[in-house]
Amino acid sequence: MAEKPRLKLPKEAAKGEIIQIKTLVSHVMESGQRKDAQGKPIPRKIINKFTCEFNGKPVFSCALEPAISANPYIQFSARVDEAGTFKFAWTDDDGSVITAEEKIALKA
Amino acid sequence: MKAINRRQAFALGGGFVMLSLMPMAADAEVSNDAAKWIEKFTGGKQPVKGKIALDLPEIAENGNTVPLSLTVESPMTAESYVKDVMLLADGNPNAGVATLTFTPLSGKAEASVRIRLAATQNVVAIARMSDGSLFTEQKTVKVTIGGCGG
Repeated sequence: MAEKPRLKLPKEAAKGEIIQIKTLVSHVMESGQRKDAQGKPIPRKIINKFTCEFNGKPVFSCALEPAISANPYIQFSARVDEAGTFKFAWTDDDGSVITAEEKIALKA
Repeated sequence: MKAINRRQAFALGGGFVMLSLMPMAADAEVSNDAAKWIEKFTGGKQPVKGKIALDLPEIAENGNTVPLSLTVESPMTAESYVKDVMLLADGNPNAGVATLTFTPLSGKAEASVRIRLAATQNVVAIARMSDGSLFTEQKTVKVTIGGCGG
C-alpha cells in the first residue's frame, strides 16, 4: 500500500504571499497498456484525481490520466491570505483516498 | 533458393519502402483520440495561440518521466483567472495527460508534473479562462525511449 505522501511547503508566509507547494506520492500508476510475462494486459491502476484545499476552499486540483509518470509529482502555487491548513487528497482508481495535511502560519 | 536478379531486388526493396511508410501515413490521419478530447474541452470553439508558457525538454531520453511545467499569464483575481488547463499528448495510446483546475486562491496559474510519452510527438496545452476565452500552446518532444508498454 502507498506510503506517506511527501509534501514541501513553507511553514509560514506573509499575508498575500504566493507560495510554491511540491507534492509526491508513491504509486505505480499502472497505465493499463503494459502486458505481464504471460502476455496478459496488466489492469489499469492509477491515481486519477488530486485535490488541494486551504481552510475548506479549493486551491488546485487535477484529473490525472495514465500518461502521468509513476510516483506522481505535482507542483503548484497557492496564495496565503490567512493562517490555516492545507488538505491534500489523492484518489485511486480503486476508490481509496490518500490524504495529508500541513499547517501554515502567518509571518508576524 | 533461387538467387534473385536485380529487377526483383528493386521490386522487393520498393515493397519494403511502401510497407514501412504505410503505418506512418495511417498514423498521421487517425493518430489517437486527441481531437475528441479537444472537442470535449473547447465545445468546438477555436483556441487562440498564446498566454501559455509550456516548458518541456526538446529531447527526452526516457519517455517514462518527462518533466513538464506550464505557466498561464493571468492576474488570478476573482474577476479574471485561469479556470482549467488540459494537457494532451497526440502520440500516446490515449491522448489525455491531465486536466489542471485552478482557482483565484492558486495565486499563480502555474504547475509542474512528470508525464509519460510513448514516442516523439506534440504536447498540447489548452487553457480556459474565467471569461470562457481559450488559449493554446504546443511543443514537440523527441523521445529516445518510449514510456509505454514494455
